[in-house]
Amino acid sequence: MKKLRDNEHITGYVFTAPFVLGFLIFTLYPVLSSLYYSFTDYNLMEAPRWLGFDNYQRMFMDDEKVAKSFQVTFTYVLGSVPLRLIFALFVAMVLNTATRAVGLYRSAFYLPSLIGGSVAVSIMWQQIFGDQGLVNSFLTLIGIPSSTSWIGNPSTALWTLIALSTWQFGSSMIIFLAGLKNIPKDYYEAASVDGANAVRRFFHITLPMLSPIILFNLTLQTISAFMTFTPAYIISRGEGGPLDQTLLYSLYLYRKAFSHFEMGYASALAWIMLLIVGALTLLIFKSSTRWVHYETKGD
Amino acid sequence: MAMSKPKRILYHVLVTVFALLMIYPILWLVASSLKPNDEIFATSYSLIPSRLEFSNYATGFQGFGGTTFATFFKNSFIIVVISTIGAVASSALVAFGLARTKFFGQKFWFACMMATMMLPHDVVIVPQYVMFAKFGWLSSFKPLIIPHFFGTPFFIFLIMQFIRTIPKELDEAAKIDGCSKYGVFYRVVLPLIGPALITSSIFSFYWRWDDFINPLIYLNSPDKYPVSLALKLFLDGESLNNWGGMFAMATLSLLPVVIVFFVFQKYIVEGISTTGLKG
Repeated sequence: MKKLRDNEHITGYVFTAPFVLGFLIFTLYPVLSSLYYSFTDYNLMEAPRWLGFDNYQRMFMDDEKVAKSFQVTFTYVLGSVPLRLIFALFVAMVLNTATRAVGLYRSAFYLPSLIGGSVAVSIMWQQIFGDQGLVNSFLTLIGIPSSTSWIGNPSTALWTLIALSTWQFGSSMIIFLAGLKNIPKDYYEAASVDGANAVRRFFHITLPMLSPIILFNLTLQTISAFMTFTPAYIISRGEGGPLDQTLLYSLYLYRKAFSHFEMGYASALAWIMLLIVGALTLLIFKSSTRWVHYETKGD
Repeated sequence: MAMSKPKRILYHVLVTVFALLMIYPILWLVASSLKPNDEIFATSYSLIPSRLEFSNYATGFQGFGGTTFATFFKNSFIIVVISTIGAVASSALVAFGLARTKFFGQKFWFACMMATMMLPHDVVIVPQYVMFAKFGWLSSFKPLIIPHFFGTPFFIFLIMQFIRTIPKELDEAAKIDGCSKYGVFYRVVLPLIGPALITSSIFSFYWRWDDFINPLIYLNSPDKYPVSLALKLFLDGESLNNWGGMFAMATLSLLPVVIVFFVFQKYIVEGISTTGLKG
């Protein structure tokens, strides 16, 4: 008995058992069965019917909404992720000038990020950009009368979502702030002595030293931007409107699966998303050798 | 590099103005929750209500079709507390197993964990729904709670990082004193990883409190709705005119999150900086 208890292979599996079981039941099996469903017609009521590549063909050849939601989602990701990171870096650098108030400011800038994923904030955003909302009220006050609903206008609707995402730069800012604190002060002093101005110091010290953290943030933020659901659902009341302008990919997938009960087709959508997110992550990592600077390389 | 005094004042003025601009929407939400219904959009730009209308909280709290927000809050708390306990306890066990024992396949399972962390949740939504439907778990809290008892990759990773900072010599010493691996976990490691467990609990609390898509998919009777899903009901159909009540309940739903933040700020900031957890 004692021998069994002291066998590290067994002990190891006893401790990791929750994850191993959970991985097999709640991740691996679903991922594989989703691959199978993606080749079938499945409405939950009847058994899945094999279709071959029909779902994928339909996605790329016949379903205009897929193309639309790709366009909307890429605009959203390419708009919100860089804006978020630029804001985060800028504010982190401003706050890094080490005053005692930094904790207070940090909390204020983090607050939007803290509550941003909630339904309450999506509702708030919807009302702020509504026809009688805060934005129009403010514009009218400063002499630019406006009564358009930013949410209802097809050319601005998606940008209200991008603005909502940008507003939540706080968690990236905290990561950058921690990164900035780790850059040795004498690097800057040495550069100043050599006559480097603030712009040069930023591009030759700050940016290279932060590049691993930027890479990390870029990857995580891109993945999570791709999966954005709640604000698009709340702000467009589950429709993705107006004119499908806020039909983010996740929302379209949700509608196919749970409004139309096309589980096979929704699974095909999910797998294409997995491939795209995987490819993007790989691209970010591959390209990183060109722009990410690691201290240990000794160059 | 100290700034001169005028420069320092300018710095604080600019940063404060920008910070106020950032939190202005939140202040607007709170102010709107206290304005009379006809005033909310008529004086949108103003943060100060003509009179404080606390009755918004009473009318909003009445909820929908006989189910009040007391039920919605209770549901949220049940889901959040049980799934958080499950997620943190199981993650601590797994983290210890991966960080401190050597076993066949250890590297493989670690890789699986990192892969799960990157996996878009959308990929498993449909097949999990099919599976939970077969289990008979639909319209119950089970799909929202039980999967969390099998470790959460983000927390496993965070706790592992923390365990790695504990000197291995402590394990060895306990072993010489006759402790098994289980004893090492319980007596040596567990008492030392408190901060990592607190950080994980806080993030679990946030994520489960804000979770919207899972309740939306799995729950269909309002008496089981958590707060996040109940807020959506304000936007559906007839109750559309109760703006004050909607803003009041939205404000109330944010309160637990903000309170937890101010109490545990230190852990949150450390958690984000060390693992890049998304808040």
